Amino acid sequence: MRDHPLVQLTLARMREFYREPEAIFWVFGFPIVLAFALGIAFRNRGPGELRVAVLGGAGDSTVAAALARAPGLTAAVLDSGEARLQLRTGRIALLVVPGDPVVYRYDSTRTESRLARLEADAVVQRARGRVDPARVADQRVNEPGSRYIDFLIPGLLGMNLMGSGLWGVGFSVVQARTKKLLKRFMATPMRRSHYLLSFILSRLVFLFVEVAALVGFGWWMFAVGVRGSFGAVAFITVLGALSFAGLGMLVASRARTIEAVSGLMNLVMLPMWILSGTFFSYARFPDAMQPFVKALPLTALNDALRAVMIDGSRLGELGAPLGIVTAWGVVSFVVALQIFRWR
Amino acid sequence: MPPPVPPIRCAALTKRYADVVAVAELDLTVNVRECFGLLGPNGAGKTTTIEILEGLTAPDRGEVEILGMRWTGGANSRALRERLGIQLQDTQLAEKLTVEETVRLFRSFYRAAHSVEEVLGLVALEEKRTAWVGKLSGGQKQRLAVACALVSRPELLFLDEPTTGLDPQSRRQLWDVIGRFRAAGGTVLLTTHYMEEAERLCDRVAIMDHGKVIALGTPRSLIASLGAEHVVEFALTDGATRAPSPSELAALPGVRAVRPGVDRTALTVAEVHRAVPALLGLLERRGAELSLLATHHATLEDVFVSLTGRQLRDA
Repeated sequence: MRDHPLVQLTLARMREFYREPEAIFWVFGFPIVLAFALGIAFRNRGPGELRVAVLGGAGDSTVAAALARAPGLTAAVLDSGEARLQLRTGRIALLVVPGDPVVYRYDSTRTESRLARLEADAVVQRARGRVDPARVADQRVNEPGSRYIDFLIPGLLGMNLMGSGLWGVGFSVVQARTKKLLKRFMATPMRRSHYLLSFILSRLVFLFVEVAALVGFGWWMFAVGVRGSFGAVAFITVLGALSFAGLGMLVASRARTIEAVSGLMNLVMLPMWILSGTFFSYARFPDAMQPFVKALPLTALNDALRAVMIDGSRLGELGAPLGIVTAWGVVSFVVALQIFRWR
Repeated sequence: MPPPVPPIRCAALTKRYADVVAVAELDLTVNVRECFGLLGPNGAGKTTTIEILEGLTAPDRGEVEILGMRWTGGANSRALRERLGIQLQDTQLAEKLTVEETVRLFRSFYRAAHSVEEVLGLVALEEKRTAWVGKLSGGQKQRLAVACALVSRPELLFLDEPTTGLDPQSRRQLWDVIGRFRAAGGTVLLTTHYMEEAERLCDRVAIMDHGKVIALGTPRSLIASLGAEHVVEFALTDGATRAPSPSELAALPGVRAVRPGVDRTALTVAEVHRAVPALLGLLERRGAELSLLATHHATLEDVFVSLTGRQLRDA
């Protein structure tokens, strides 16, 4: 069993990979670093506390004290030079000039400033005796799955499956070709199918580590859960990994140099990095582009992963995206086998 | 009992690349238990020939029979590959695998294979068993490449320039490996551009140039075909003005052939003890002063030069 060529070829693949520290980082470390950085940068904190200032002068401290009592506002008294500077640089959202009339000085194109104006005006009006006629109550919604990080983690998972599939297969194949190792294997009774299958098998082994690392990190750091079944996530990632391994095989099928295959990989991956909705929704692209964008394998994979992880969809509901992912994999693999350069 | 099938037989082998004829109408037979050498300068067509015989390159024309079988593809070719050991000229084995892992990988492709211990013993690499391939010296890498060829217990071993670029000690170690394989009854086809390697290892050699065999025989018979066993080389301090003409040199006693070269003149000589004093006498009469005088036993190198008029290394 251990000496079966498929086992030995797969072991060789895996050893070559895990003995390359750079590869380990790019496949396992990089997506986690990215998730961490983006998760921190875009965490949903809302507008938070709005800083407003009161211009120094008669009655400034009364107004400032009233403003500071309002939830969501902090207030300070500033002289006119400092106030102008802080308003210009965005440190304060609004400057209140006491008097009659009370003047609000702010940049009306800034969402925060307009919000601050509404809040501050309510405080000022109530202080002058306004009574609100309607009784209201707040009910805050903070549903899991609605944060940016919830959107991001499945996208990073998809992008990672694409990257490691293409690089993992394409790079190794072309390297074996340039080093004449492929030709040397052709001089043995080795079956070609064993050689190609060993790439798929080693991908599947690393896939589990890759997915577990990223999903585990998202859960531990940001409490990103999986609403659907883990089985469905596993099925989709395996399908995605196989599909991108097929695409990697196709990209590597003719290239004779590492430079050539690197160029081809970037040509294949770049549109998907941008278009496939990894970092932001592809709905932002014009309607005319949507059919093209949706036909990309990474778009379909991201859609399927998000449907399961965020919306809790079942596999049966994901026929269209999974069909697209499968079709890309099968077609790439079949074409790659036809045109593969074995020496 | 029928005569044994020659391990290698090819006829009228032809291969062209674009406008270059790499191999032209080549006929070759290698007999059982023979060590056969393909000799020639770079670009003579040695590698193309050996790769056609190995079934890695398809010839444009001609017939190839290896161990009585043809390269017909599929299961038939796989069965034939089970019986061959092949080392290619510039294979770079995976650097991040150990010696043992590499041998085990190649071993897994064959049904009847040596154990890892046996084959590492054959090439004397037991001590490097757990070392990464990338950390090996040139000679050790080359022995590992031969180990990967030997692991199949081949009947026929193909070696394409196995010692090119190696230091003399590594070269001798590889010669020992080949010697042991032959002692165990194997047949070898090797290519080389080191004539002393061919003289030392091969029963028969074919000297190739421009895709053709220009001489074929045992090293001894090829050298004997020069008609003389020694070569005398000399050069003069002040160049051509006082140099004797080729016809004067050819007339000296014991001299069989004269080959004027760029920086020196070579004489093929039957009797050194008569030719050298005569040469010195002639030079003295002409008032020419020697800057170099050397004699050596004739080699296959001299055979190549006499056949082509070119040195092997700059051919």
